[in-house]
Amino acid sequence: MAKKTPSSPGVDEKILFQMYRSVYATRQFELRCIDLYRQGLIRGYLHPYLGEEAIAAGACAAITQEDYILSTHRGHGHCISKGADLKMMVAEIMGRATGYCKGRGGSMHIFSKANNNLGANGIVGAGIPLACGAGMGIKAKKTNQVIIVFFSDGAANNGVFGEGLNFASAFMLPVIFMLENNHYAVSTPVECSFGNCDLACKGPAFGMPGIGIDGNDALAVYLTTKQAVERARKGEGPTLIEAKTYRHGGHHINDPGLYMDQKRLAEWKERDPLKLLRANIDNEAEKKRIEAQVDKELDEAIEFAKNSPQPSVEEFLAGMRNF
Amino acid sequence: MAEMMYREALNRALFEEMERDPLVFVMGEGIAERGGSYKVTEGLLKKFGPERTIDTPLAEATFTGAGVGAALVGARPVVEILFVDFTTIPMDMIVNQAAKYEFMSGGQGQVPMVLRTQGGAGNGLAAQHSQSLEAFFYHIPGLKLVMPSSPHDACGLLKSSIRDDHPVIFIEHKLLYMTKGEVPEQEYLVPLGSADVKRSGDDVTLITYSYMTLKCLEAAQLLEKEGISVEVVDLRSLKPLDKETILASARKTGKVIVVHEACKRGGIGGDIAAMIMEEAYDDLDGPVSRICGKDTPVPYNVELEKVCVPTVEDIIEGVLKIV
Repeated sequence: MAKKTPSSPGVDEKILFQMYRSVYATRQFELRCIDLYRQGLIRGYLHPYLGEEAIAAGACAAITQEDYILSTHRGHGHCISKGADLKMMVAEIMGRATGYCKGRGGSMHIFSKANNNLGANGIVGAGIPLACGAGMGIKAKKTNQVIIVFFSDGAANNGVFGEGLNFASAFMLPVIFMLENNHYAVSTPVECSFGNCDLACKGPAFGMPGIGIDGNDALAVYLTTKQAVERARKGEGPTLIEAKTYRHGGHHINDPGLYMDQKRLAEWKERDPLKLLRANIDNEAEKKRIEAQVDKELDEAIEFAKNSPQPSVEEFLAGMRNF
Repeated sequence: MAEMMYREALNRALFEEMERDPLVFVMGEGIAERGGSYKVTEGLLKKFGPERTIDTPLAEATFTGAGVGAALVGARPVVEILFVDFTTIPMDMIVNQAAKYEFMSGGQGQVPMVLRTQGGAGNGLAAQHSQSLEAFFYHIPGLKLVMPSSPHDACGLLKSSIRDDHPVIFIEHKLLYMTKGEVPEQEYLVPLGSADVKRSGDDVTLITYSYMTLKCLEAAQLLEKEGISVEVVDLRSLKPLDKETILASARKTGKVIVVHEACKRGGIGGDIAAMIMEEAYDDLDGPVSRICGKDTPVPYNVELEKVCVPTVEDIIEGVLKIV
């Protein structure tokens, strides 16, 4: 059993349960989707968030439904943690008409307007400029919202990372840059692709705090994000958070990840985000209740998706726009 | 009616739309204090302040993406890219984000953004500041494309573009900014997707847009003296394309030439010519021909530059060949 982390004091039980639900639901969701994929019910790419669940869970627990997020190709965890409907998620991933995007987006493009989830993105790093714009839009609308943009270590080597951090800092935008450092850009290790592997330190270079944390510890993610959100709401500008984590497998479902260091993987699995969070919650009954509830929701979601109609080809063609 | 320069007409459109809707804002390089390279945004900073008239860092990918993000949360950004040549830098934001978002989110994420830019040769600016790149955008489903030729159309179309709920690429021509024309004093709109017969004629149809409209009108006037009656159809917006007006004119004269400044190879002229031949073949007296820019980068030297772009003489020669 993992030990309690030092970052747990003073966190409301409700937040703990919310995070536990997010981490557990994401874990089960990914495992069930892998099954569905193997059964041929899901096509295309599927990028499991296994091992990284605590980042989305902690970050989304620190914001409200009105706040925005922007997600990535490895985005199921962000979507679930922001409160998405599991039925509509599974349906989308199975390409059904009842899915969030009516079967047009699939796993890499789930968008949930009802939760202010501005969508996952198939282009690595592309969420960063969009988040800057959402920050500008928030200022234009004069609301007190913030946006969290999730992206990876791979994205941190794209030009828009430097541009975007600078942009958000120059205009003091209410953006939280959540860098999920899972140590691999597809198969290229961080150590081989950065001149400076301390990614958090890039924050101060652009005039904002840069905070490195244990991304497998949902509580640490929650507490750090909360500070960044407060800062953003006060008009004090953006924050870069580097949440260190490790993928539990290859880049996508058909990538066995043989290039991954097995010893290191085993060490990270010892610090599994689900295990860590479980150890931080004493209320066994509530954990069991949450698990049973999620399992039931997932059963129903999969049934719902399987019984959902395929999108109508006629409707699709008729709705095609002339531009 | 008042006489006004093209750039003044664009400026008027921005003033009126920013006054009408507080969620409209402009951003780009050197557009605030300086008023833009061609003075299109002059005076906006004084009237609407720095929150809505924003000088961006020189980071085209990020500020174009920021336009997409701002639009996603309900603002109505007008993004200016100094030269159409520079749109290659934020191409991911235009092609994979702006054009795709509404579609891949199943209609949840609309992008009411206008991207203003300018192109064309004629000022000795050489190969990286003189291109006509509209075919890039014409090719991508999900983008509207507008290229006005007169002050009247520039104002009315820019206003319609800002009110449109979809991304619009609005390409001006650097040689048009100082041209003058009549503009109504009352507020007015020009709808997207409506071509304008700028000159009525019976013998030959010239289909054109942007600056080449002026060249075609000049050629038509000279040809009238030779007893040849030329109809000039100014497309104004390329997407949506006003097929009805194009086909009506083609059926009337039976002889059609498409004229544009952009390179012939892979240009829009080829697509329009094919469309006319597919849909009005029986009414044509011969194949639709094209008079276009040469398939070369634009040179600096004035005499070399001149031969790369269709001239009035080229157009007259083309017409004489088919009448």
